[in-house]
Amino acid sequence: MEHLVEAKALTKHFGTFAAVRGIDVEVRRGEAFGFLGPNGAGKSSTMRMIACVSGRTGGELKVLGMDPERDGPRIRARIGVVPQLDNLDLELTVRQNLQIYGRYFGMSRQQCREKAVELLEFAQLSDRADQEVEPLSGGMKRRLTIARSLVNDPELLLLDEPTTGLDPQARHLLWDRLFRLKQDGVTLIITTHYMDEAEQLCDRLVVMDGGRIAAEGSPGELINRYSTKEVLELRFQPGAEKPDLERFAERVEVLPDRLLLYTQDGEHTLAKVHEHGVQPIQSLVRRSSLEDVFLRLTGRTLVD
Amino acid sequence: MTRTLDPANKTAPASVGLVWRVIPPGLYGGRASTLVERSALVNRRGWFVLVGGAFEPILFLWSLGLGFGQFVASVAGPDGRPVSYAAFVAPALLAASAMNGAVYDATFNVFFKFKYAKLYDAMLATPMGPLDIAMGEIAWALLRGGLYSAGFLGVMLAMGLIASPWALLALPAALLVAFAFAAVGMAATTFMRSWQDFDLVQLAVLPMFLFSTTFFPLSVYPGWLQTVVTWTPLYHAIELMRGLTLGVVGWGMLGHVAYFAVLAAVGTVVAARRLGSLLLD
Ligand SMILES: Nc1ncnc2c1ncn2[C@@H]1O[C@H](COP(=O)(O)OP(=O)(O)OP(=O)(O)O)[C@@H](O)[C@H]1O
Ligand SMILES: [Mg+2]
Repeated sequence: MEHLVEAKALTKHFGTFAAVRGIDVEVRRGEAFGFLGPNGAGKSSTMRMIACVSGRTGGELKVLGMDPERDGPRIRARIGVVPQLDNLDLELTVRQNLQIYGRYFGMSRQQCREKAVELLEFAQLSDRADQEVEPLSGGMKRRLTIARSLVNDPELLLLDEPTTGLDPQARHLLWDRLFRLKQDGVTLIITTHYMDEAEQLCDRLVVMDGGRIAAEGSPGELINRYSTKEVLELRFQPGAEKPDLERFAERVEVLPDRLLLYTQDGEHTLAKVHEHGVQPIQSLVRRSSLEDVFLRLTGRTLVD
Repeated sequence: MTRTLDPANKTAPASVGLVWRVIPPGLYGGRASTLVERSALVNRRGWFVLVGGAFEPILFLWSLGLGFGQFVASVAGPDGRPVSYAAFVAPALLAASAMNGAVYDATFNVFFKFKYAKLYDAMLATPMGPLDIAMGEIAWALLRGGLYSAGFLGVMLAMGLIASPWALLALPAALLVAFAFAAVGMAATTFMRSWQDFDLVQLAVLPMFLFSTTFFPLSVYPGWLQTVVTWTPLYHAIELMRGLTLGVVGWGMLGHVAYFAVLAAVGTVVAARRLGSLLLD
């Protein structure tokens, strides 16, 4: 299997601060690969190194089989980048944003015009084509940034928190576009701190925290490995003493307002807890998610 | 065959090495012209701003020529022979407009695009490098300066202020002056941290505009100030323009040309390298 990105012991320091502390990553052609981690985990720093706009401090990195240090421009010619913060050209219209970006890649004016029409369609922005960028909604700007990143028909697309700050409807629309890209064979690398996004989009992901990789696998594998099938959530009065329920579950996590009981059968555990005379103000049985994996690995919740 | 090529092969790496040390690979993607294309696209809608800028030196010339012209019958020209005040001040305004246009574009506009619009971050995600950006922005500033200069030269011709066919060279000279000011302005901009720092640009440009023999001959200043004035780039630009439009030409002018060529080259490389180290951290 061919690897589009190969990192070994990759590190990035800013002055004395180590943002990325030796990570090993392999991204295969055609897959959607995720970096899941909280603020400051080092996701963007890693993405910028892969995008060849930030030099590495140590370790090895190969993108499309080339070394970013030597072949930056050649790599950048074949990848697409959606940065964490939109940096659209506000002095140009929606259409011009796409056309001029194609020119930066050395495409002919004719090619740029045709590509812009195609991408406007893809981003569902055809009716806004000749308007200013500034008044577009957050979701539309994000779609335009994604469309812009596709202007050079990239083999590899880097998406840094593609849906952060968008409402649920805008997020689903974006996910739909990303699915289509994946079906077209584009390899995706996505960073996110939303576990539902990681579960929805990623074939494989790494959980990143404090510049290190805590675990790696498919969402299903990670959940199997680090969590149980079901979780029983018990909510108590704030400040109330929480009972010791260790013996009813494989593992118990104590959060400020609730207990999480990891178990194969949530309803069964709930019945036993009730039998024992424990009266939570609320109880909920749900399937394990990546949030639970993260909690297990780091002892912290992903979104605080 | 291979043996005959050997000497060439041996000498090549040394020169390539030197160029590579000043301009490391990745700094230049060969697409600087697409930045000019972008600027043209942006200014297509704001063309009146562009044209408006051309009127400023014309207004100066008109008011000063009419006003001072009444009091001052003539001024000593570059070769000591008297010339009308309008013919004295016009080439200086030509040089100053090349400076002002270039500096404005390469400082305020570049700072905005660099710090707030994040335009260059978007460009650096493509095969373009920082040198493309520096060259592209400088080229635009230079084209704009050239446009103003050409218009102003036309006005000078119409007002009968051009005394020699050497004035044809005033246009390329104005482009070179604009190039140098744009390059140095952009290099300086990469060191600015906030809009406050731009007061320094004003502090450099305004006194230069007022004192670099723009309105008065060098002889009116006390000796020490004369020395300071002859160091300023605008003084060199004005000497060049005055000589060309009044037809007083000598080999010494190549010194002024060299002065600006060096400023232009150093400014461009410094701007590119600074952009690279700031944006590609
Ligand atoms: N240019 C820089 N200079 C100094 N420190 C930096 C720089 N860029 C990032 N850092 C630091 O490196 C750490 C990792 O930052 P990074 O942006 O990679 O995190 P992230 O996982 O993308 O976080 P977020 O979810 O907030 O985007 C942070 O502590 C950040 O403050
Ligand atoms: Mg980030």
